[in-house]
Amino acid sequence: MAASRVTANEIFLNIKQIPTRYPKALCLFRQISTSRPHYDQQPEPKSKSASQPLVGVVGLEIHAQINSNTKLFSGSPVRFSAPPNSLVSFFDASLPGTLPMLNRRCVEAAVMTGLALNCTINKKSYFDRKHYFYADLPAGYQITQQRRPIAVDGVLTYSYFGGKKRSQMIRKSVQIKQIQLEQDSGKSLHDDDRSQTLIDLNRAGVGLMELVMEPDMKSGEEAAAAVRELQLILQALGTCQGNMSEGQLRVDANVSVHRPGEPLGIRTEVKNINSIRYLARAIDYEILRQIDAVQSGRAVQNETRAYDSKSGETVPMREKEGLQDYRFMPEPNLPALIVYEDNASLPTGIDPSQAVVVQKIKDRLPELPGVKRDRLVQTYGILPEHSFTLVNEDGLMEYFETLMKTTQREPRKVIGWVTNELLGHLKQRDMSVSQSPISPAHLAELLKLQETGRISSSAAKQVFQEMWRSGGKTAWQIVQEQELGLVHDSAQLHSICQKVVDSHPDEVHAVRNGNKKVLNKLIGLVQKETKGRADPVLVKEILQQMTQ
Amino acid sequence: MFFFFYTDCPLERLALVDFRTKQGLECLEKAIRFADQLHVVDTTGIEPMDSVLEDRALYLREDTAVDGGCAEELLKLSRKTVEEYFVVPPGNIPLPKKEERSSMLKHSEL
Repeated sequence: MAASRVTANEIFLNIKQIPTRYPKALCLFRQISTSRPHYDQQPEPKSKSASQPLVGVVGLEIHAQINSNTKLFSGSPVRFSAPPNSLVSFFDASLPGTLPMLNRRCVEAAVMTGLALNCTINKKSYFDRKHYFYADLPAGYQITQQRRPIAVDGVLTYSYFGGKKRSQMIRKSVQIKQIQLEQDSGKSLHDDDRSQTLIDLNRAGVGLMELVMEPDMKSGEEAAAAVRELQLILQALGTCQGNMSEGQLRVDANVSVHRPGEPLGIRTEVKNINSIRYLARAIDYEILRQIDAVQSGRAVQNETRAYDSKSGETVPMREKEGLQDYRFMPEPNLPALIVYEDNASLPTGIDPSQAVVVQKIKDRLPELPGVKRDRLVQTYGILPEHSFTLVNEDGLMEYFETLMKTTQREPRKVIGWVTNELLGHLKQRDMSVSQSPISPAHLAELLKLQETGRISSSAAKQVFQEMWRSGGKTAWQIVQEQELGLVHDSAQLHSICQKVVDSHPDEVHAVRNGNKKVLNKLIGLVQKETKGRADPVLVKEILQQMTQ
Repeated sequence: MFFFFYTDCPLERLALVDFRTKQGLECLEKAIRFADQLHVVDTTGIEPMDSVLEDRALYLREDTAVDGGCAEELLKLSRKTVEEYFVVPPGNIPLPKKEERSSMLKHSEL
């Protein structure tokens, strides 16, 4: 088990890094018994009377396609869809006599990503060959950075809504072992009918950043939140467009189960995950499947499984080639990659186009999501939970900021409309912010009507619904059409109140005798008459006067 | 030196050296003994050379498209193509079995 043995060793060496926390969401796992934890004892044989519940251990391997014009080692264009094999150079097709030419943009992208994830940038990094046979890898090897990658030892902090009511924001972090530059392979289309496979090499040679994360995560929810945060960071940097469905961000999950304090269990690799939602489901399914296997006394096999989105299950994948010996060797055609700390450390006479300077890239880093969230909290005084939602949903922050420009209301009063009403409606219909039928300007108008007392809060919600349905009608139009405006006319209200008072002498008597609660009943009756459109403050005043 | 080989060692199947005959093993032993001479040299504190280009700077290319667009030329090289795709057998071609290897190596000097 050459390849898997190596990585299993790495995991065993990292045991001391695995925190012995207990999962809060115990409802997911069947609890066997709840006796005290036994940190200092020898690991127990897995019997049904073991004291601690099995927990999941999740490590992610992420391949992010670098957002560049050309490929990593050749000048072929990078494009999502194009006629088959039209974006392939002689080098990509691995014709003899061709040599790799490293793309400067890819190096800068890797350095930028490493800096954003708090990594140490290796000033000197090497390229290696990883050999395996597959038709979509024409050279028979992939150029990667196994020995000494460009960035190591980073950390990714992420948050998600957890706790009992999913209202608590939980902050976590995951260690990034390394970031390495490597080539992508081509695409194979399996034609089972004619028993053949079709190969398109357009993707072969595209630059990838492989991010290896330590197995610090415990559940699908954590993994999904971490990947979402990574997606936001990569998109903010512009180093990767992060679209999982288009294969720009590929996530493989390594899942195992164990009891805290004990050695890690056998892990399986889960592939074929095309969205963040599926990632969470696939991991949770796999954890439960493994727990079930262990509890039933069956062994978990070290295998590769694919996620089937239709059934929601992971299934064993057809084996590519059993056990692999990758025969790693240094790439003889490429000398070491050197990046420089700052301008001062540049050798004299060097061509600037040949020097990647870390300090310059650091200075050019754009505003990262974490900083954005803090800025929103500072500028608008909203809660961290709110700013998290704003940054997490594509376009929602821009919507909110546009809205704040046109409304005079306090941000704290406005935020609820954006994160609850608007987002709620969008989520229900699986729509994005850009598809919202209510523009920030229209929503601002609605809020103004509410603020100036033209409509009540409950009427405002009604108007919102109607604005959504009608798609384009302004708030004022709807208020007029449906006569939802608050009635302030004191003469009109006076006459209605008088009617109610005259027809309910017993209640009036009770109020006069000191029973103030009955006043609410009278107010209710007035509201019924006016279909809820009476200004509640005025009504109360008038009734109080009348019942003195 | 003796070598123990697992009957289904992937490296053995990938190799072009015949491990099954005494001749093949002897040849391999000789090769390893020859390479062992490296141990005579004191290499403490010296980084191994992994590229004859180690004194050269790695050339960084600009990110402008200058290649590609030669699908026709490339497809001509393949025995079988379908609508601008290369056609290959399904799945992965398995490594040759032991029996097949013997016929492959029949004509080799090793």
